[in-house]
Amino acid sequence: MDPKQLNYAETHEWVFVENGIATVGITSHAVELLTDLTYIELPAVGTKVSAGRPFGEVESVKATSDLYSPVDGEVIEVNTTLPDRLGLLNTDPYGEGWIIKVRVSSEDSLKKLMDLEAYQQQIAGQG
Amino acid sequence: MVGTTENCLKTSLKGWHVARGGRMVEFAGWLMPVQYSSIIEEHNATRSAVGIFDVSHMGRFYFDGEGIEEFLDGLTTRRIIGIEPGRIRYSLMTNEAGMILDDVLVYRLPEGGEFPYMMVVNAGNRIKILDWINSQGRGKSIRLHDRTTATAMIAVQGPKACSVVAKLGTVNPADLKYYACSNGTLCGVPALVSRTGYTGEDGCEVIIAADVAAEVASAIEGEARKVGGLPAGLGARDTLRLEAAMPLYGHELTESINAAQTNLGFAINLKDRQFIGRDAIVAAKAANLPTRIGLAIEGKRAAREECPILHGGQRVGFVTSGTISPTLNRAISMGYIDPAYAAVGTVVEVDIRGKTTPATVEALPFYKRAD
Repeated sequence: MDPKQLNYAETHEWVFVENGIATVGITSHAVELLTDLTYIELPAVGTKVSAGRPFGEVESVKATSDLYSPVDGEVIEVNTTLPDRLGLLNTDPYGEGWIIKVRVSSEDSLKKLMDLEAYQQQIAGQG
Repeated sequence: MVGTTENCLKTSLKGWHVARGGRMVEFAGWLMPVQYSSIIEEHNATRSAVGIFDVSHMGRFYFDGEGIEEFLDGLTTRRIIGIEPGRIRYSLMTNEAGMILDDVLVYRLPEGGEFPYMMVVNAGNRIKILDWINSQGRGKSIRLHDRTTATAMIAVQGPKACSVVAKLGTVNPADLKYYACSNGTLCGVPALVSRTGYTGEDGCEVIIAADVAAEVASAIEGEARKVGGLPAGLGARDTLRLEAAMPLYGHELTESINAAQTNLGFAINLKDRQFIGRDAIVAAKAANLPTRIGLAIEGKRAAREECPILHGGQRVGFVTSGTISPTLNRAISMGYIDPAYAAVGTVVEVDIRGKTTPATVEALPFYKRAD
């Protein structure tokens, strides 16, 4: 997926919305900050998620971090290959490294998201 | 995420790190590289060959003045009086309550140098310990010279570390005893070389003037890369020390933990001597306080700092550090536990962010190098 066509949350998740379905992943910048990944905790299909709330966890040798849902909705698909292939988050974070797909229940929850330019400004500001 | 790093102190190797892709983060008030390429790669390079670490952020205090030996002996859990020149002791510093102010290396420097004693303290404790020592030294003719920023310290660690450093200077670290040091030159500049480290590997640490640090680091890097070595950041330093069960101040050691609880008996000498905190440590030994242990955690999740340790649903301890061990490829933690559950093999549980996970008390260290 082209990073220019995605929207971004402050917490470094990306979203691609098509026909009311949001595909969610984490940015390459987030992967870099996390360092070597060791574990991912994914939600079950059917889990209700809401914008700004954790839906899973990702661990590196250094720390454990929450994954935050950028949208309101229900998880309809989970990338079950990820736990055994965490390297996909490094090699293809915007493609094969997608994490969950969510049926969006509230379009409002998308309004707070940033475009690529705004997201890049945010991470530049964080040094 | 990471806050502002503008006000951080910088070691003389900051530019060196950035030029090598080091990702700089704030640590204990200093801007330091957490990693260059990958924590796991840097960890493995240190276990198999050489890791080069900038440890210049650690405080380096030089001492002189009449009665300095007795003065330092009165501040440390380890006996300082009588150390031979050129030998180093790992020790704790405790307050009157026996609580841990810091863990330090005390160097009895080689004869003929400018100072008889030096101490390496944790970066995050530098000002606290400086104030503590100065307040204890009031009215005495003791002088403390803080040369943390005037000098640089580089740790060269791993099975090939001593030979790398031997090629570049007059001191072969392999000729030194463990916890011994010698003055010499490295890349033509004066250096204090000690056979010490914080990784569980053989190796050494070198102290040089700050203004030549980048040249020396580059020369070490050049030799190290020939044998599979890499510059290594704070991330690898943490996973390496954890596998080797070395305590980290702020985690296993804090002002809420009495020295008697640490299982660092080798660093605490209570016999026929008096130091600040001694009587409180003696009293704590008789009390049934939580004690430091290792845990093997089931599954692929690390139990980190502050995770409760449970037994039969009751809280019996807490985790102080944890990670997935790159060498062992499994989850390891250190923590403190009620002595009733401290025996190796005891099955307990840890609460990892709300999920109860089985764990077993494991003998420390988790990793010991083959000699």
